[in-house]
Amino acid sequence: MQWVNAVMQGVLLGGLYALFAAGLSLIFGVMGLVNVAHGDLIVLFAYMAYFAAELLGIGPFASLLCVVPVAAVIGYVLQRGVLNRTLGADLPPLLVTFGLSVIIQNVLLIFCTADSRKLQSGTFELASWKVTEGLSVGLLPLTQFLCAVIMIAGVQALFYRTALGRAFRATSDDPSVAQLMGLETKHIFGLALALSLALAAVAGVFMGIRRSFDPSSGPLMLIFGFEAIIIGGMGSLWGTLAGGIVLGVAQTVGAQIDVAWPILAGHVAFLLVLLIRPQGLFPKVFR
Amino acid sequence: MIGQGADGPVYRVSHMDKSSRVGLVLVALLIVVFVATPFWGDRQTMRLLCEVFSYIALASLWNLLAGYAGLVSVGQQAFVGLGGYALFLVGLWADRNPLLGVPVAGIVAVLAAIPIAFLLFRLRGPYFTIGSWVIAEVFQQVFLQVDAVGGGSGISLPAAIVRLIATGRDAREYLVYWIFLAMMVVIVALIVLLLRSRWGLALTAIRDNELAAVSNGIDVKLTRLVVFVVAAGGTAMVGAMIFLQKMTITPVSGFSMNNWTVNVIFMTVIGGIGRVEGPIIGAVIFFVLREMLADLGSVYLVLLGLTAIVVMLWAPKGIWGYLADRHGWQIFPLSRYFEIPGKEAARAPEMDRVP
Repeated sequence: MQWVNAVMQGVLLGGLYALFAAGLSLIFGVMGLVNVAHGDLIVLFAYMAYFAAELLGIGPFASLLCVVPVAAVIGYVLQRGVLNRTLGADLPPLLVTFGLSVIIQNVLLIFCTADSRKLQSGTFELASWKVTEGLSVGLLPLTQFLCAVIMIAGVQALFYRTALGRAFRATSDDPSVAQLMGLETKHIFGLALALSLALAAVAGVFMGIRRSFDPSSGPLMLIFGFEAIIIGGMGSLWGTLAGGIVLGVAQTVGAQIDVAWPILAGHVAFLLVLLIRPQGLFPKVFR
Repeated sequence: MIGQGADGPVYRVSHMDKSSRVGLVLVALLIVVFVATPFWGDRQTMRLLCEVFSYIALASLWNLLAGYAGLVSVGQQAFVGLGGYALFLVGLWADRNPLLGVPVAGIVAVLAAIPIAFLLFRLRGPYFTIGSWVIAEVFQQVFLQVDAVGGGSGISLPAAIVRLIATGRDAREYLVYWIFLAMMVVIVALIVLLLRSRWGLALTAIRDNELAAVSNGIDVKLTRLVVFVVAAGGTAMVGAMIFLQKMTITPVSGFSMNNWTVNVIFMTVIGGIGRVEGPIIGAVIFFVLREMLADLGSVYLVLLGLTAIVVMLWAPKGIWGYLADRHGWQIFPLSRYFEIPGKEAARAPEMDRVP
């Protein structure tokens, strides 16, 4: 039964990883940008939620109301002010976001110290739903998983059913033709990063409720998100959810075998997929 | 290279020009000064110079990967740590002079790099970058778990084994210093020779336009594989020396992203990526700033990050690239000049430029 439990925990954890991955995958799809600072931004938003909760006396879920819009604005400004200038070649966006990652980590270290923190969501964290004898599901992980699924469905719908989604797909296919058709690609890219960071903000708050974080937690978030993308297959949002679940299950089952193993087990699952099925489980390249 | 016509040579390609003649003389003079450091510098100067040399070597190798082969790895710390551990284990298990561990480290890294490349080369462009990071994480995690290499607390080199390097503390430190110097000189010299060869022309072509390189018959994958494996071997040998000097290694220090990759990338980007001179200039700037701002800690890293971003946005060829473009300078004879006897030499157009 403990194995069933481990798998279940892993599936629920996978929802969080899919959220890490969705924002990363989205901007790669739209503009071919890999944001190396994505994990550090997730941690930054978790800190924002932490301070918003402290200052305003609100719970972490309520803090989403202010953190998500702020994240979207940061995304838009960052894209239009900095990242749009780097697009076109592989190297500049990578190195600029890499620099950004180091800056965010160290700024957080200066202002927030290296102490680890956690977002408190009260008794909700401990509540659980008993499925059968010996198997119960925490309400918090379950809620997070359902939120992740709803958000991925939302992004999927936005991509395929709205004018903005059409603009995203058009710029993804060919930015210069999209521009000729009257789309302001720089603006579209700005909106794409805004959406990506809004997703990162939700991911940051969920992550912060679930586990403690410190200024150096970011890189691991980036790596988990990236592994979920590659396992799931590039360019497919539902694939990303599947990838997150595979990664989550690998980690929780790994932890069940040996407490020191979860991260390594996740990496091994990633490397196995890369070895056996490099295109991922559900590939659909929309770029 | 000499092109043969019916009546003898029709053209030849030369590399040297006025600036590289001056440059090479300066480099030779500097090498003489640095070989003599034990006679003019104190222990602290030698330690600092060892660090500078090791970073120039690491940054030059990273530049070869990212600046020429288009392999932007952020996981080179995997090979630095692997090299360090290889040297320690040779020292401990074989009970021999730990310096023997330096070539062993190189061989181990080359052997490890081949399967790693097999996996990582399945990831394209930016995804290769993050994939390389995962590999370095895997190394760190594995070394944390294996008790035979000390697990999380790592291993230290016992004094008895350190004494096998040479008798007397001065002799040991001089020898280690000269090895660092030699390693840097050999690595930079080999990179210069590589870039002057056919392989170098292939690499420059890949750097400038991958599609055009492929259509001119360059085996991009093979060229990249060779560069990746060679860089891994070199990086591990430098890593072995770095940890020989530190005399202790842990998974955290050995596979440190900040020390062995972040610093190296900042040096290369600020100095000028895609130029042999870039990482050298960048490393010198890095250490001058660090000596001035040493007590700033995190603020120093924030400043470095900002500088790297500013350079990438407004002078993507780095400080050296900017100067070299303006004045046509080169320290190392790398340009290709096309000479036809009886006519004035012409620089091969745009052959050595980042697009």
